[in-house]
Amino acid sequence: MDKHMNLQQIIDRLNLTVLTDPRNFGEIQPEGGYTSDLLSCVMAGAKNNYLWITLQAHLNIVAIAALLDVAAIIITENAKPDPATIAKANEQGVILLSTSKQTYEIDGKLWEMGIHIQE
Amino acid sequence: MCPSRIRTEQEIHGRRGRPITDQDAHEINRVEELSYDLKIHEVMTKDLHTARPEMSLSDMLEMLRINRISGAPVMEDDKLVGVISIEDIVRAMQRNDLTETVGQYMTRELVTVASYDSIFKAMQTFAESHVGRLPVVNEENKLVGMITKGDITRGVLVALQRDYKEEEVRRYRASHLFEDIISDRTTLVLRYNIKANDFTHGGNASSHIKRALLRLGADPQIARRCGIAVYEAETNLIIHTTHGGILKLEVEPHRITMSTTDDGPGIPDVNQVLQPGYTTATERVREMGFGAGMGLVNIKRCVDSMDLESTVGKGTKLIMRIHVPTDNFNGRKDG
Repeated sequence: MDKHMNLQQIIDRLNLTVLTDPRNFGEIQPEGGYTSDLLSCVMAGAKNNYLWITLQAHLNIVAIAALLDVAAIIITENAKPDPATIAKANEQGVILLSTSKQTYEIDGKLWEMGIHIQE
Repeated sequence: MCPSRIRTEQEIHGRRGRPITDQDAHEINRVEELSYDLKIHEVMTKDLHTARPEMSLSDMLEMLRINRISGAPVMEDDKLVGVISIEDIVRAMQRNDLTETVGQYMTRELVTVASYDSIFKAMQTFAESHVGRLPVVNEENKLVGMITKGDITRGVLVALQRDYKEEEVRRYRASHLFEDIISDRTTLVLRYNIKANDFTHGGNASSHIKRALLRLGADPQIARRCGIAVYEAETNLIIHTTHGGILKLEVEPHRITMSTTDDGPGIPDVNQVLQPGYTTATERVREMGFGAGMGLVNIKRCVDSMDLESTVGKGTKLIMRIHVPTDNFNGRKDG
């Protein structure tokens, strides 16, 4: 599989909606992924430049993503962050993506696309 | 401010001066911002070569060639009457008309921009009018310069470079703090007041701390560990305290000490709260993804030493320490 899948390709293939300001997503190459809705678990498990897949859509996810420097947050099942959350994400350079699909499906597809986890 | 909103000029102006992150300079975002920040008079060409309507096109061509420009405003008695460009001259050449005058071939429908407008306005005008250069006028409608798309590109690049330098200088100054200030023991102390139940600002102190540490020249890995530990501690103050508390960061060349203090309610059994998965968070808090019972466990994992003291009815004090390798902060080598 394509080992160096970039964020633009991921957005296209999974048909994700970009909620934050446009960026050059082709330059971003996620190195893995982490899935959880528990913020402390994300703090412990998500690495730098990982994708974070979650159902959570409230303001606090932005701070976590900024602290961890994750590549992007994929918010599943159409959970919608409010405008303040999107504004804060833009301010902190955090990318928010949205999908109607379930977390399980997104995880599966990402793995198939070669987004595995770092050993 | 909905997802596909168009930002007002005011809104973007308000963001000026926020510190840029490592990636900002690559972002379309920042360029977008600059297109509102930068004014036309900052990027336009002020050193003007002007033409007169009665000049012959062959003289005009010579003037363009000598000055290595591709167009010029045409003035008649101090009044702007048109713009002549190399394209107009090419048109004349095709008809073997170079003996004709500038006035005959110049563009007369004058589209101008104001010097005090943003370059965004100029870009819009370029897109609408399909011309390659625009005369710039001042408040009194007097010609003060010319602007091309090339001027805009150059202006944006210079501004981006300036942004980078500013952040570099900030980093440089901060990272030399411990070298420049001589004492037997230098400590930089940062204090943050954290309010109970203030989920809206949750994580702000941690972000500021992480940035401060990076500016001070800390290793990104250490800044990240501090960020995580402080975030968990900050969150604990928000979720579990009666009146919030104080988050304190003390930076020394060889050590970073983070602490939180609050005045209640206090923890009945300190050993219990250190068990992974133990939580007293309410259902509401847990719905937001907090209260996994992993906060203190995470802190322990990120720091070199952690002390938790608590008295029910009096309050809790949490102290976290991270040792800094001697090459960090460009500090004293005696570690």
